[in-house]
Amino acid sequence: MLGNLTWSAIPFDQPIPLTTVCVLLLAILGLLTLVTLKGWWPYLWREWITTTDHKRIGVMYVILALVMLLRGFSDAIMMRAQLAVAAGNATGYLPPEHYNQIFSAHGTIMIFFVAMTFVIGLMNFVLPLQLGVRDVAFPVLNSVSFWLTCAGVLLINISLGVGEFSRTGWLAYPPLSEVAYSPGVGVDYYLWSLQISGLGTLLSGINLTTTILKLRAPGMGYGRMPVFCWTALASNLLIVAAFPILTATFAMLLLDRYLGFHFFTNDGGGSPMMYVNLIWSWGHPEVYILILPAFGVFSEVIATFSGKPLFGYRSMVLATMGICVLSFMVWLHHFFTMGAGANVNAFFGIATMIIAVPTGVKIFNWLFTLYGGNIRFTAPIYWAIGFMVTFVIGGMTGVLMAIPPADFVLHNSLFLIAHFHNVIIGGVLFGAFAGYTYWFPKAFGFKLHEGLGKAIFWCWFVGFYLAFMPLYGLGLLGATRRLQHYADPGWQPLMMVALGGAVVILIGIALTVAQLVVSIRNRDRFPDLTGDPWNGRTLEWSVSSPPPSWNFSILPIVSGPDAFWSLKHQRTPAASAVALQSLNVPKRSPLGFQIAACVTLMGFALVWHIWWMAILGLLGVLAVGLRNAWRVDLEEIIPVSVLAAHERAREARVAQT
Amino acid sequence: MIDSIDGMLLETGADALPLTERGPASPRVVASFGFWLFLLSDIIIFAALFAAYAVLSKHTDGGPSGTQLFDTRHVLIETACLLASSFTCGVMMIALDRRSLLGTYCWAILTALLGGTFLWLEVSEFGDLVHGGTGPTRSAFLSSFFTLVGTHGLHVTLGIVWLLVMMIQVFTLGFRPMVLTRMLCFSLFWHALDIVWIGVFSIVYLGAG
Repeated sequence: MLGNLTWSAIPFDQPIPLTTVCVLLLAILGLLTLVTLKGWWPYLWREWITTTDHKRIGVMYVILALVMLLRGFSDAIMMRAQLAVAAGNATGYLPPEHYNQIFSAHGTIMIFFVAMTFVIGLMNFVLPLQLGVRDVAFPVLNSVSFWLTCAGVLLINISLGVGEFSRTGWLAYPPLSEVAYSPGVGVDYYLWSLQISGLGTLLSGINLTTTILKLRAPGMGYGRMPVFCWTALASNLLIVAAFPILTATFAMLLLDRYLGFHFFTNDGGGSPMMYVNLIWSWGHPEVYILILPAFGVFSEVIATFSGKPLFGYRSMVLATMGICVLSFMVWLHHFFTMGAGANVNAFFGIATMIIAVPTGVKIFNWLFTLYGGNIRFTAPIYWAIGFMVTFVIGGMTGVLMAIPPADFVLHNSLFLIAHFHNVIIGGVLFGAFAGYTYWFPKAFGFKLHEGLGKAIFWCWFVGFYLAFMPLYGLGLLGATRRLQHYADPGWQPLMMVALGGAVVILIGIALTVAQLVVSIRNRDRFPDLTGDPWNGRTLEWSVSSPPPSWNFSILPIVSGPDAFWSLKHQRTPAASAVALQSLNVPKRSPLGFQIAACVTLMGFALVWHIWWMAILGLLGVLAVGLRNAWRVDLEEIIPVSVLAAHERAREARVAQT
Repeated sequence: MIDSIDGMLLETGADALPLTERGPASPRVVASFGFWLFLLSDIIIFAALFAAYAVLSKHTDGGPSGTQLFDTRHVLIETACLLASSFTCGVMMIALDRRSLLGTYCWAILTALLGGTFLWLEVSEFGDLVHGGTGPTRSAFLSSFFTLVGTHGLHVTLGIVWLLVMMIQVFTLGFRPMVLTRMLCFSLFWHALDIVWIGVFSIVYLGAG
């Protein structure tokens, strides 16, 4: 009846996961009770769960990312604590099979559910506003994408309490991930969770690419798009081109595991190295999918807080698109040690170094934007400057490892771990936090606490260097990644420093929560009445904070780059003085939530081989999909009176300041 | 500068403006463009499967190779059916453009029948292979063959189901813009499957000869 699912799937004998699950369940139950007692369900259902508003979906993505950051960071600090003690004869407190699940979960969660979710959330929120339009191209599909991501998140977290998670690292290389060596459900949880959320990401990529290429305010030609839109375009093009490879590769591994195929097995003529090639031809573009939007955030932040237009707009766009293309030509540098031969390695080594050129162009552009600018040292610009320092170091160690002979020494060592954390924390995460702080007032109508924002930055900045600079040294000393224990007690002091760094970052994360609480409680003290709290340059700052569901009562007409800056500096008639016209916005839709519910059921059933339930889930998807196909009344009309009332209220607020 | 010009209204007398500066595109353009992107991503799934087939096609693990297994005449009939269905799909779209209910239905049924015949031939080929002890678990070559050709077959199946649903939609909802856009997307999908099949036919079946 329930396939392979028995009571033994619950980890009663392992205190750490069991306690975590109990605490989590209590927290979730408490939250649900609170929502029920306060009677918030109808509001949540109407305004958030079924929303098709890109801004709300973006906010939900970012909340999801922050919650998963807590989970991924718990894994990280557990690993650092283990390694700080497990030297010589000491074995530490985490058994090896549990430790293996932790590093697999840490990588999977941080990449797919923190970094991806965060940047997709920012793009969702910002793009239509910057482009001067009312929503993304396919608002209902957008909600489906978000809820599919949630379904993936749910599955990966269920694995904590029911069964186990993968022990095969964040990319599940075969033959280890084949049934012969990983017979449990861990790899299946990994695969189905990522197949489902990956589909969500792909749909999101199609949606946002279409939005940027087909929906822009009148006059906004490509040469006038904000740089964040350009980097988002490059990132979403990469999603459309790379995520199908991930889907196909995981599908092949699933066929191996479920139906006995021989794609990547050791026997039957399978080729494990083909998996490594395929997964990295998704995986390398993936790192640019993450970093390019962060580059966009920094471009906006640096231009705004320097009070200058971005230096070298065209070269910035060219560098972005250059990286977009080059990112598909370097995947082999992740496995120089495969033995493809000197010529192949030389090609990929050189291609990798070439990517440093457009990246360098960007760094210089940001520096020249700051140069001679009237810089306001706010929290977002702290993140941006911290990024430039940190990312250059990470980039240089990357170029170092792009040299195949050097890579043979450093491959899979802690040096590599330090390198990619250097660029992912110093690049993507700093960018995500810069964007979060920068656009927070736009989303909610008040600023985040500035002092705490700077404290958070310093914690992450100092914590990062403390946690990862020792790993460069340890890697050179010969420490490999995914170690649960090491024999040489000489490594222990550096491991202790690294743990100290993780603790400093922990303080930063705690302060992030504190900052939210303090800012929400004191929201009347830092209000954003004008909609333009930073003296911004792009169109999102031309509407009220938070923007109305329709974004723009009148679509702006763009006559150059930095569209809002030029509008501000010429006398323009107030919106209420212009003839408003009623407009259509998409209605809310429960489709995304319903599909995700069915798909979660299906994914869970497939993990445990409960075939009837899997079929039920699939039929559920078909049923809700078909029902939706007959919905004809997809839009609602916002009458002129509502638009006019909104504009009058906004002008009254602006006049107050 | 702000004027009460809203999106598509710019189309009148906007010929002087470059295409990129004319404001948001019409819903039909947006929908079909998005679907094009989806098709491209779908084709990349096939690209990955083709790559896997190219790597594994000689990995027969002592089992039979494509030359020994494939019946080219059988595949030729399959191909003829699928190509013909693309033609009938095209004629169906013409009938749809003329709002001819009868024509749309006739050509749609013909398209579905040809697609169904293609599928039936493919399933019978798969059945013969599995019964002969050369199923997908026999070797990496056969794993990749069944997956590549089977994924295409799955797409054809979904396409037929989609077409049948669309026929019900035409009946219940009539020729409204939403239905027309979906039919446009369906025909794009159906032609894309043809293109993929030409790749399968050339690389898998002719390549084995």
